[in-house]
Amino acid sequence: MKVLVPIKRVVDYNVKVRVKADQSDVDLANVKMAMNPFCEIAVEEAVRLKEKGVATEIVVVTVGTKAAQEQLRTAMALGADRAILVETDEAAQPLGIAKALKALVDKEQPQLVILGKQAIDGDNNQTGQMLAALAGMPQGTFASEVNVAEGKVKVTREIDGGLQTVELNLPAVVTTDLRLNEPRYASLPNIMKAKKKPLDTVSPADLGVDLTPGIKTLKVEPPAERQAGIKVASVEELVDKLKNEAKVI
Amino acid sequence: MSILVYAEHDNATLKGVTLNVIAAAQAIGGDITVLVAGEGCAAVADEAAKVAGVSKVLLADNAAYTHQLAENVAALVAEVGKDYTHILAAATTSGKNFAPRAAALLDVGMISEISSVESADTFKRPIYAGNAIATVQSSDAIKVITVRGTSFDAVAAEGGSAGVETLGSATDAGISSFVGEELAKSDRPDLTAAKVVISGGRGMQNGDNFEMLYTLADKLGAAVGASRAAVDAGFVPNDMQVGQTGKIVAPELYIAIGISGAIQHLAGMKDSKVIVAINKDEEAPIFQVADYGLVADLFDAVPALQSQL
Ligand SMILES: Cc1cc2nc3c(=O)[nH]c(=O)nc-3n(C[C@H](O)[C@H](O)[C@H](O)COP(=O)(O)OP(=O)(O)OC[C@H]3O[C@@H](n4cnc5c(N)ncnc54)[C@H](O)[C@@H]3O)c2cc1C
Ligand SMILES: Nc1ncnc2c1ncn2[C@@H]1O[C@H](COP(=O)(O)O)[C@@H](O)[C@H]1O
Repeated sequence: MKVLVPIKRVVDYNVKVRVKADQSDVDLANVKMAMNPFCEIAVEEAVRLKEKGVATEIVVVTVGTKAAQEQLRTAMALGADRAILVETDEAAQPLGIAKALKALVDKEQPQLVILGKQAIDGDNNQTGQMLAALAGMPQGTFASEVNVAEGKVKVTREIDGGLQTVELNLPAVVTTDLRLNEPRYASLPNIMKAKKKPLDTVSPADLGVDLTPGIKTLKVEPPAERQAGIKVASVEELVDKLKNEAKVI
Repeated sequence: MSILVYAEHDNATLKGVTLNVIAAAQAIGGDITVLVAGEGCAAVADEAAKVAGVSKVLLADNAAYTHQLAENVAALVAEVGKDYTHILAAATTSGKNFAPRAAALLDVGMISEISSVESADTFKRPIYAGNAIATVQSSDAIKVITVRGTSFDAVAAEGGSAGVETLGSATDAGISSFVGEELAKSDRPDLTAAKVVISGGRGMQNGDNFEMLYTLADKLGAAVGASRAAVDAGFVPNDMQVGQTGKIVAPELYIAIGISGAIQHLAGMKDSKVIVAINKDEEAPIFQVADYGLVADLFDAVPALQSQL
């Protein structure tokens, strides 16, 4: 079966971003970029399915600028077979991205689409669910375990109260949570091999989708700063402060 | 303005976070309808009808909704919601699961985890793990929104007297089914609603050592949380993770024990009123947000704290 893995190029998770002086956005000039960590988990899961003989082909896709080729190559170094770049300079939003992905699902006919649960830049947590709706597929979001068997996929989900397991008809959408797997690192030979794997570029127009965002960002501000606190010398002092100064116990 | 609020519940009682979502609906302003979808959940609808500010309750009581499967709930929400200007749900794993699906069915964008209402079409929400706050404006005909519960003070659970209307037909998409669940059982308060939260990190070393935190928590009437590292290592279950991609908490008092203070962790707790950090590394970034920092070995400090409370 074919697995489609949509990935996103985002700011590296170690970077503490700053807001631009004109409050138009965060400042991403000269900031380290990387594959969204939840997408790394999605790629890893697809690769494991292929290693188990469940998946036959892994196609990675991203909607983004030319620079996102870097992350597509990384995904191929990790084990994806080929890549598709839906090239745009528009800062697309989940609904538009989901529409582009839906067009690719129609074309590629994957049995499973594995996405990250959340991109750590916009923190939207929407795209997989939207794609599932548009494609009429069931969804297993926030997955910590995925088992494909007999035309169905069983997904254990991390929910607020604990864990929930659902069974979905294929084709299905799965979004990854942190505990699904631990992504591998790409080896040097695999990085070299990935350079020769096919990477196709299409435009949103080729797919018949309009990526113009429906939600406008008016302003981006830094969060309220916390007042600097103090160090206490002992547990006695801490208890005293909590009782008599902060009055929280 | 007409606002549809999706009620969060366990088929028996209304979850407190719904009262925070209704507060966000009131900030938008307009008629508030609460949709209760579940099975055998008439008592929840009655409870919702009593909430201050609610003008109508819709009850969809059907086996298709027992376990809040997104395929079925999103179809219902999209069908019922098309007559509203706003659809609001809590930014819980349930709301995050069905709301984007419902938005896509309605062919509208979605605004995740708002932290404030600026006007009927403009909202604030944290992005980049809370390192920036975006003000966003939606031109969609129907605004589908999830609400960060800790950012809105709950409305009163009593005081309203809305009528309950039962919805007839149900949608079972028939493409997914519930297999089972393992729910954490605890007598401690809910993490997202507790006045005091004590969280442990990798510094706790193992699951058994969390017993110290449970004991301390019981003395303070606190909930116990954890960092991702503590969950990944298997010390505690996933539902205890606080952070950017876990639960958001904002208690009166947050005590971080053996937690370094990575941005992803801070994203989940830095709106707490008072933050205490206990860490043996005086350079740990958690001290930058702590009101009271104690540089100490937690295995000395926690027992000492216990005996002094
Ligand atoms: C995509 C993504 C999402 C993430 N989401 C989250 C999230 O939602 N929540 C979250 O918490 N993290 C999240 N993380 C992980 C985050 O980046 C950190 O790795 C994690 O928070 C570290 O946990 P920790 O502080 O317990 O561990 P560490 O960083 O290892 O810190 C342990 C601390 O314990 C202290 N310590 C050790 N022994 C003792 C002792 N005896 N006494 C006192 N102090 C001691 C050490 O000095 C150290 O500061 C995410 C990461 C990624 C990439
Ligand atoms: N531009 C994009 N191109 C491809 N996939 C994306 C893109 N944006 C988001 N995704 C996928 O959707 C997931 C959730 O993103 P989000 O809904 O933005 O939080 C990501 O982890 C990716 O798998």
